[in-house]
Amino acid sequence: MGNPMSTIVARQPLPESRSSTGFRLAMLLPGGLVTFFLILFALGLVVFLALRGNDGSLLGAGFTFANFITVASDPLYWTVTLRSLAIAGLVTLATVVTAYPVAYYLAFHAGRRRGLLLFLVTLPFWTSYLLRVFAWKIVLAYNGVLNSALIESGIWSEPTLAFLNTPAAVVVTLAHAYAPFAILPIYVALDTIPKSLLEAASDLGARPFTSFRRVVLPNSMPGVLAAALVVFVPTVGDYVTPALVGGPASTMIGTLIQAQFGKANDWPFGAALAVAVMLVILAVVLVVRSADRRFGSRT
Amino acid sequence: MNTARIDAKQGGGWLGAYVLAYLVFLYLPILLIPLFSFNNSIQAAFPLQGFTFEWYATLSGNSALSGALANSLVIGAIAATGATLCGITVSYMDLFGRSPLAVTISAIARLPILIPGVIVGISLLILVNLIGFGPSRTAIVLGHILVALPTTVVIMKSRFAAIPKTIHEAALDLGASDWTTFRRVMLPLSLPAIVSAFMLAFLTSFDEFIVAFFLAGTEPTLPLYIWSQLRFPKSLPTVMALGTAILAVSFVIAAIAEILRHRGLAAAQRPVPANLSKPEETERGELQWHST
Repeated sequence: MGNPMSTIVARQPLPESRSSTGFRLAMLLPGGLVTFFLILFALGLVVFLALRGNDGSLLGAGFTFANFITVASDPLYWTVTLRSLAIAGLVTLATVVTAYPVAYYLAFHAGRRRGLLLFLVTLPFWTSYLLRVFAWKIVLAYNGVLNSALIESGIWSEPTLAFLNTPAAVVVTLAHAYAPFAILPIYVALDTIPKSLLEAASDLGARPFTSFRRVVLPNSMPGVLAAALVVFVPTVGDYVTPALVGGPASTMIGTLIQAQFGKANDWPFGAALAVAVMLVILAVVLVVRSADRRFGSRT
Repeated sequence: MNTARIDAKQGGGWLGAYVLAYLVFLYLPILLIPLFSFNNSIQAAFPLQGFTFEWYATLSGNSALSGALANSLVIGAIAATGATLCGITVSYMDLFGRSPLAVTISAIARLPILIPGVIVGISLLILVNLIGFGPSRTAIVLGHILVALPTTVVIMKSRFAAIPKTIHEAALDLGASDWTTFRRVMLPLSLPAIVSAFMLAFLTSFDEFIVAFFLAGTEPTLPLYIWSQLRFPKSLPTVMALGTAILAVSFVIAAIAEILRHRGLAAAQRPVPANLSKPEETERGELQWHST
């Protein structure tokens, strides 16, 4: 680097010097390595392995579609996949519907308390997911918080087993664990609606509810869809919550994948299940994308 | 904004009550863990049996636990460093690199949001076995860099985007090289965001279980240690005491990180409040995951 004073002449907007090339290489290297090697190549390995037979070796043997044929033809996998979709769908619906009013309040009513409230709804986002699920285990257990509280207060006379180890427990636990994910995207969408739109609606005689239904809700849909996506994706592949609070009746597709890489020790088949999950997610993303376009994405 | 607020005032009271109830729902189950960690009973049930520090005492002198803690701290620090470094370079090149490759890398870096943890876990498990070092602390570090990457990229990108473009151009016009502009101008201006990104990446790694489960060799992290203890009903109170400590640390780190992030964004927006190119965050700096 020479003396800066020597270059008084205004530089062109795009001076492609040698140092610039080195700089660009150095700056692109870490991200390039991580994205191409750890993400794309690793995902490619999963697809590759899914097309191999299981012979106990790391990369399997011979090319085959047998894994996918089993996934598609065995009713067990259909049942579990549909159950995962149903649980993740319910969780997504519950999270988004309960989060919407909170986001609405934050965007339009919170006033001076907005900063504090945003902080409070964001904070659980950064706490341990395992501990949030564990909390529900102690709430729902047979000799747990909910049962003992109901008995203490005289509402119940005997503890019930009905809370823990049910698909309903999985839905409640996941909805709680992923609640903070849903509020922020909806809030951002609501907050960026031009206020002139709301004024125009009320000037033109729209009642508050009409202006909500015809102006606010459609304009916040990109946020709602983004929220649905960030809740749906982790929940559909979850295996921790079914294991801790779900019991055998709520086995999800993530549980099966984990088992193939653990006890069952059939990695190629587990990889095929993983590819199937990615295809389901891809389909959901495409649906969300096209819906997003219909509402005119602003994000 | 004010008129809209007044317009919608009627429903405000009910909505306020709902938000309060929602916050209770959000925090109550988590706060049960500290509550019962001081309860003098092996079961987490009402009525409370009396106050005790006994469960916290069982935490000290537990070599498996302190080993797991050390692993989590080391893995968290290295993974957060890696994720922050990637977050800085990826978002900087996305905004100032003028290359389609940089934009592609930035888009892929946010992809892990759309991949369930179980699939990130197995794909890296296959990868590290292929490379040869297999499940280990190094493997967990790689996994946690991936999990934290979208967070660091989104935070750094919104920070860089909030720095007025004129500052970047002025540095180049005055003869600073790309490297000097980056190191002497852009990095110092985004220091609060870098610290915030590092802390949140550290927290992500420190609390992460789903991916680490597949990648751990013989040295577990703290969440894996907790998982192994959940099988034993007798160790439930100890887990709650440990959980309380972890929650306390998480709350403090997350609080500092959030404050830093907001401070940084507010400072950056002071010079030209009117016409910023829209960053991927709102003016208050809320994370916006949804990529374009």
